[in-house]
Amino acid sequence: MSTTDVPLGDDRRRASTLASSLSGATLARAAKDAFVKLDPRRLTGNPVIFATWLVALLSTVSAALLVGRSADGPFAVQLAAWLWATVLFANLAESIAEGRGKAAADSLRASRVTTRAKLIIDEATGTILPTPAHELGAGQVVLVEAGDVIPADGEIIEGVASVNEAAITGESAPVIRESGGDRSAVTGGTTVVSDWIKVKITSEPGGTFLDRMIAMVEGADRRKTPNEVALSVLLAGLSLVFLIAVVTLVGLGAYSGVTLTPLVLGALFITLIPTTIGGLLSAVGIAGMDRLLKVNVLATSGRAVEAAGDVDTLLLDKTGTITFGNRMATEVISAPGVRPEQALRAALMASMADETPEGRSIVELARAQGEVAEAPQGAEPIAFSAVTRQSGLNAEGRIWRKGAVDAVLRTLGLSAEDMPPEVAAAVDRIARSGGTPLAVSEDGMLVGIIHLKDVVKPGVRARFADLRRMGLRTVMITGDNPVTAAAIASEAGVDDFLAEATPEDKLRLIRAEQAKGRLVAMCGDGANDAPALAQADVGVAMQTGAQAAREAGNMVDLDSDPTKVIEIVEVGKQMLITRGALTTFSIANDVAKYFAIIPAMFVTALPALGALNIMGLSSPQSAILSAVIFNALIIVLLIPLALRGVRYRALGAAKLLSRNLAIYGLGGLIAPFIGIKLIDLTLFSLGLA
Amino acid sequence: MNWQGWAEIALTLGLPFLLGWPIGIFISRVWNRERTWLDPVLRPVERCFYAALGVRPDQSQTWTGYAAALLAFNAAGFVLLYAILRLQGLLPLNPQGFGALSEPLAFNTAVSFVTNTNWQAYSGETTLTHLSQMAGMTVQNFLSAATGATVAAALARAFAADRQTGLGNFWADLVRTTLWVLLPISIVVALILAALGVPQTLSASATAATIEGGEQTIPIFAAASQLAIKQLGINGGGVFGVNSAHPLEGPTPLANFIAAISINVLGWAAFFAFGRTALAGRSLRAIAIAALLLLSAGAAALYWTETQAPPALVAAGAEVSVNMEGKEVRFGAPASAVWAAMTTGASNGSVNSMHASYMPLGGGVQMFFMQLGEILPGGIGTGVGFMLMMALLAVFVAGLMVGRTPEYLGKKIEAREVQYAMLAVLVLPLTILGFSTAAAVLPAALQSLANPGPHGMSEILYAYTSASANNGSAFAGLAADTPWWNTTLGLAMLMGRFPGIVIMLAVAGALAAKPKLAPSAGALPTDNGLFIGLLIGVILILGGLQFFPALALGPIVEHFQALDALAGL
Repeated sequence: MSTTDVPLGDDRRRASTLASSLSGATLARAAKDAFVKLDPRRLTGNPVIFATWLVALLSTVSAALLVGRSADGPFAVQLAAWLWATVLFANLAESIAEGRGKAAADSLRASRVTTRAKLIIDEATGTILPTPAHELGAGQVVLVEAGDVIPADGEIIEGVASVNEAAITGESAPVIRESGGDRSAVTGGTTVVSDWIKVKITSEPGGTFLDRMIAMVEGADRRKTPNEVALSVLLAGLSLVFLIAVVTLVGLGAYSGVTLTPLVLGALFITLIPTTIGGLLSAVGIAGMDRLLKVNVLATSGRAVEAAGDVDTLLLDKTGTITFGNRMATEVISAPGVRPEQALRAALMASMADETPEGRSIVELARAQGEVAEAPQGAEPIAFSAVTRQSGLNAEGRIWRKGAVDAVLRTLGLSAEDMPPEVAAAVDRIARSGGTPLAVSEDGMLVGIIHLKDVVKPGVRARFADLRRMGLRTVMITGDNPVTAAAIASEAGVDDFLAEATPEDKLRLIRAEQAKGRLVAMCGDGANDAPALAQADVGVAMQTGAQAAREAGNMVDLDSDPTKVIEIVEVGKQMLITRGALTTFSIANDVAKYFAIIPAMFVTALPALGALNIMGLSSPQSAILSAVIFNALIIVLLIPLALRGVRYRALGAAKLLSRNLAIYGLGGLIAPFIGIKLIDLTLFSLGLA
Repeated sequence: MNWQGWAEIALTLGLPFLLGWPIGIFISRVWNRERTWLDPVLRPVERCFYAALGVRPDQSQTWTGYAAALLAFNAAGFVLLYAILRLQGLLPLNPQGFGALSEPLAFNTAVSFVTNTNWQAYSGETTLTHLSQMAGMTVQNFLSAATGATVAAALARAFAADRQTGLGNFWADLVRTTLWVLLPISIVVALILAALGVPQTLSASATAATIEGGEQTIPIFAAASQLAIKQLGINGGGVFGVNSAHPLEGPTPLANFIAAISINVLGWAAFFAFGRTALAGRSLRAIAIAALLLLSAGAAALYWTETQAPPALVAAGAEVSVNMEGKEVRFGAPASAVWAAMTTGASNGSVNSMHASYMPLGGGVQMFFMQLGEILPGGIGTGVGFMLMMALLAVFVAGLMVGRTPEYLGKKIEAREVQYAMLAVLVLPLTILGFSTAAAVLPAALQSLANPGPHGMSEILYAYTSASANNGSAFAGLAADTPWWNTTLGLAMLMGRFPGIVIMLAVAGALAAKPKLAPSAGALPTDNGLFIGLLIGVILILGGLQFFPALALGPIVEHFQALDALAGL
């Protein structure tokens, strides 16, 4: 998918439970579906294939009339058969694409709850009434204990529990869910592993997250996306143009002494109309959703996926997306007259008992720099307090402290002016670079400064450069002050940043971008992100996030990985590229088909037109048949491409276009000349035409 | 073929393109109501028109209001012209004493001039009075050209607009284009042509003594003024039946050259004017270059076909290397070929050589140029407008291949625009092929053909192509002044003109209402060589796919039959 597969966050890319591979069983089911879809009522949404169906029917009638009565009988039968094959192949493409979703839906259905839930009917006494899960409605409260499956979506109103959400996310490590805050939402179908919770149901029967997921992956309410509608219009328009070109040949041909049978005109019409893209169009759309499922993202609609390809501005939360999320120690600067080893050991000692990520990063830094000292026996840890704003260790009469610079200085009885100039300069430099300086004291003496830094993930810079080439602007959202934010923004290479951002600021920024005609994507998990998620054109909610966020966004990331939004954009683009490539290929194919069929149609009455038979096809009937067969087979050959999607590279629009034009435009011009010739040779050697 | 020929062709094609640039910028200023140096003279005149019409020029119209005004104005123009042609026998300025035109011919002629087609089923010097020529033909030459220009002005504003409904005011665009652009340039060109010997008089005819001692009456008209607007307005209907092949229309090589470059100057200027008003100069320059490249390729192809030895003459034992049948000896192959390319590439229709006498493939190139929809560079405004429709389709298909909803000049191209653009594309094949297939089997129509076989097919195809594409040039051989041909060709001209204009205005309405998007590095670049190549490819493939089968039965088979006949000797 991306050429720079730099892992941004959580690198544990699990195999999704949802995306199934193409198995024999799915194929068999798809083949059966392809026949079911021959019902013309199911084809009305696809004018090109519907037209093919009509012509196939007419050809069958005309073949039935010719068989046994005319030498053209075998030709007519083959022609009709290949026209039906064209329709079947188009149906097959759609069925295979749908089949993947159906398989995923089946596995989800298996985790739907059928057991009885423990409905609390009296809050005071805690009386429980066992109730079938599907009868629970919004507002009711159930008790879920260790080993129970949560019966429906809801909000924890009491208790804390670890929950296994593998049924939804595929991640088997349990997560903590507790009442209050942004981690209070639970999903029906997940299992409580330990402790107990009281859950207030928020979904109505049949409307749970799991139900919605099943409907989505099954494509039950799949509607055409705006681009699909526009493309369908183009294809229908082209079909009309060709209908005119073919029908008017009746009179023009009659003038020229050419007799044209409906069979041959029908064949010409079908080979000219864009059956390739017409047959694969819906498969491309379904496969796009499927590719999102593979990266564990659930989109509420194809429209959202398509919008992802159009995104101009990407709002990215700093924490977890651009930086690792925790500030980490990167250096210890010793005070004048203090040996660096001494300062480093003091920093280590002061952090030895500190279990915060910052504290542990100081220990790791010291160890990495070769400091092997251990805490003395009987050391007394001094915890951080809001009053002292420092923490440390007392042992064997010695005292180590680390904390905010002003707090440590005050404890030492110093003022800011008393700092040695070297130390003051270091503190200043760290603050300006976006880092946090911590002072370290040992036995009442200032020994050094620790540089805590928000560390930018490796690879993000290159990734953002890729995005810029694709025309996407990245905006970093952070609660940090503008100085810190600017430093990190420049280090990460984002285009812009929003510092000290409140949820309202986010919403305002999205609206401002949209007013400039830009499409905005963002991800979020908190309840206060909900308005911004709803406002954004692509809002990706985290599965672990608040219920409100999950409902506001138009996509849910089951992995809760905020970097996913970049992949979503790529999938959206890939879907559009695939459609464009197949359309270009389909139209370019027509040139060769003309050179096969036009001379074949006219050569008997106008022998001079034999000069147009540049492929040297063996006979008029073979030429027509070869063009029709090529037209049918190319659909099958392109099914894998439609499902997999055209490879997307972050090359920039001009390069991407020239590359795809060369492959699908020029390739589309040349390929059928070769293909039709080969089929003609085969037909000739088999004596079929 | 020789280098002098190529140089002549290059100069004739290149000069109007270069002249079009500054003139286009001027036109854009006129459309945008910016200050121009003609304002002191023309502003008062302009105000008189608005007062007489009772319109407020600064009142911007929606696309439906704009289209309604345009249609109403053209309908009135048709009625007036039809009345003049039917009543010309009773009206003054009729020294030759001509009578009224027949109903079908008056219908055909009125439609022809209102639609900027200028198809002539009559011979001007023996049919029309001075009044008809001046108050009828010449007036419509100006107004039909100005009508086309208003479409481009409206469409250009739509691309520049950000969520608006107004497209400008039709009346203001019409009056300003006529007064500031068409009139002054026509006056200049008419004076040059008159200086070079093109007659400009109201007397009926000149009398000359011939070498044999006889006396010849030569009809002369106010030809210089009509010739100027005939070319500049991309109309093409001459005062003389043989059009610009007439010695009085092109008395010298320089006069012929000036008439030739006048075919394209304002067509190109409309591209550049569009670019400036739409705030998309670079993109419009790119599509203008695409059009120029296609036009040059056609001119080269015509120069090549006409410098081949005609197979029939070779078969008869003649030693020939150039096809001079139907060409003025004074102009020769290059000046004829480049004119033929320009007049069919634009929707002009004036001729300085007889198109039916071209080699079969040469006739095929001329028909194909018209079938592309008159976009090379086409009529003033309508040419660039239709080219934009092609660009929209090219952007839509190719734009998907860069992974975004396609956008052009800052506007998203969605279902509605694609639908309109496809409708615009559908009009030509429906009209050309629809009427041709009917004519090909109807005895009433076939009676008018001069030749049987493929050449007769070409006569049919050419006539409906020329009428539908609002070109107006004729493929000699067809006796077109019959009720069938007058009526169906008249309908074809109407079909080829107004549905397309209304569709373009509808596109303008849809686009104007959309937000103007900020340029994005991820969007398809539309101002570089790649896009030019893409657009040329789309135009050729789309045009070819529509008309290849029909052309195969006309010029293409005629070409191969001639070759076969030669090989069989």
